[in-house]
Amino acid sequence: MSAEDTPKDYSESPINLEYFYTAGSATTRFLNQVKEGNIVGQGCPKCKAVYVPPRGSCPRCGVATDIEVPLTDKGCIESFTVVHIPIPGNPIVPPYVCAMIRLDGANISFLHLIQDVEIENIRIGMRIQAVWKPKEEWTHSLENIKWFAPIDEPDVDVATLRFEES
Amino acid sequence: MIQAGVIGVGQTKYDAKRRDVSMAGLVREAIDNAMLAANLEWDAIDAVILGKAPDMFEGVIMPELYLADAIGAVGKPVLRVHTAGSVGGSTAVIAASHVCSGQFKTVLTVTFEKQSESNATWALSPRYPYSPHINAGAGGYFAPFIREYIRRYEAPEHIGWKVAAKDRQNALKNPLAHLHIPGIDEKMVSDTPMLWEPLRYLESCPSSDGACAMVITAQDQVGSRNVAWIKGMAVRSEGTLSAGRDEVNPQAGIDCAKDIYNQAGIHNPFNEIDCAEIYVPFSWYEPMWLENLGFCDLGEGWKLTDKDATAIDGELPFNMSGGVLSSNPIGASGMIRFGEAALQVMGLAEDHQVEDAKVAMGHAYGGAAQFFAMWIVSSSLD
Repeated sequence: MSAEDTPKDYSESPINLEYFYTAGSATTRFLNQVKEGNIVGQGCPKCKAVYVPPRGSCPRCGVATDIEVPLTDKGCIESFTVVHIPIPGNPIVPPYVCAMIRLDGANISFLHLIQDVEIENIRIGMRIQAVWKPKEEWTHSLENIKWFAPIDEPDVDVATLRFEES
Repeated sequence: MIQAGVIGVGQTKYDAKRRDVSMAGLVREAIDNAMLAANLEWDAIDAVILGKAPDMFEGVIMPELYLADAIGAVGKPVLRVHTAGSVGGSTAVIAASHVCSGQFKTVLTVTFEKQSESNATWALSPRYPYSPHINAGAGGYFAPFIREYIRRYEAPEHIGWKVAAKDRQNALKNPLAHLHIPGIDEKMVSDTPMLWEPLRYLESCPSSDGACAMVITAQDQVGSRNVAWIKGMAVRSEGTLSAGRDEVNPQAGIDCAKDIYNQAGIHNPFNEIDCAEIYVPFSWYEPMWLENLGFCDLGEGWKLTDKDATAIDGELPFNMSGGVLSSNPIGASGMIRFGEAALQVMGLAEDHQVEDAKVAMGHAYGGAAQFFAMWIVSSSLD
């Protein structure tokens, strides 16, 4: 029996999954600002931690983060990895740098790309700033930022980034 | 409190593709082995607790419905558990808690993953709303934390290679392990391609098909059976995106370990625990968890690894079975740690047995390193 005649012991049945994501009021406030090119974090009224992107509540205190905190698009690299393998369903061509971005004044990080720099020169603590898409392409998404790029400022000691309740 | 113990551990052969069995057949293979080891009839089982990682990993949603007959749950209470990669551990804790509650005398618990039926890295890398699509599986998520550990404690890069080689050398003593790599050593690991810097191919866990089951019973049901007594067990979680969180040394892991040590009356875990099966899916998590679990001070974990303390003949053997780095059916990976710890104190670990192991630890973590499950098992009740 040739390989072609061998009966298959399995069958493939692809699944297509679509879903609607309800942003909720906190994320909606944040994304309406992102569409205008502004990054506005949200602060906890109790412990004062600043969240960006905000999800509406402080996991530490369990209260709504109802204080709007305008931030700049500058910060530092808290840590990063260089991804060398393609990920199924992911359009980005490796190698690419996926970094934990800590904006100035924020107390958590979010993931974004680092570009405009040789990969071997990227460091934990390196100062970076957002590189935005043209204004006419802005939508309700952090994809309005193409990537973050290094700026000529001294590195940050990431030990100082750790949030301590004052 | 009612004392509970493990009287049977059953595992499948772990492999990249178990095309010889369906999902139901895979689960039943582990259950049959556990029931044989426990020397029990089905009538003795009062409830069945099933765990597995995200349903997206196979694309079979709520498999516990379809598996009810294969797991022997018809006519009995069944509960499905899910806490991401830690689920194998938390499922064991929940099964044991059923026995300790006094409502159930004997409980069967089983966990599995049949990763070959879909692609877990795809399932872990969806496009999140309103964000750039750059997430790259579990390795991509954990690699930045590992880089920060290396920076914080100036750890040399060969530590990761060493863990990867050590666990695969142990796997050669375990016929059930998925990866059997003859001649595996640090050089072979360091020659493999970089996947998620600083993690190389052989510093990462495989994708496996497999299942693990256990029978847990109350003290008055044990009879003359060989038993691993559960001396302490706990689960903990923490907020993924919480200010002040230290992903390198998560508070939930610290708290969970302290809880089980207190329950078991352990004051110095490094001296009082004979061996441990710890969830290390990427090589660097061995030194990170050595510190997180209180086996040593912060920054000292990589030095213990470097001086072979965690080797199978070392002061504190870690992952004698080959660990998650050698077999990784994700939903079962935590329960394999718990079951292998039980086998050690029952003296049933065969070629990877640690001599005179009396007290062993099982550990699992999952999600964004925000779920933890642990237990301590002992060969004696005292």
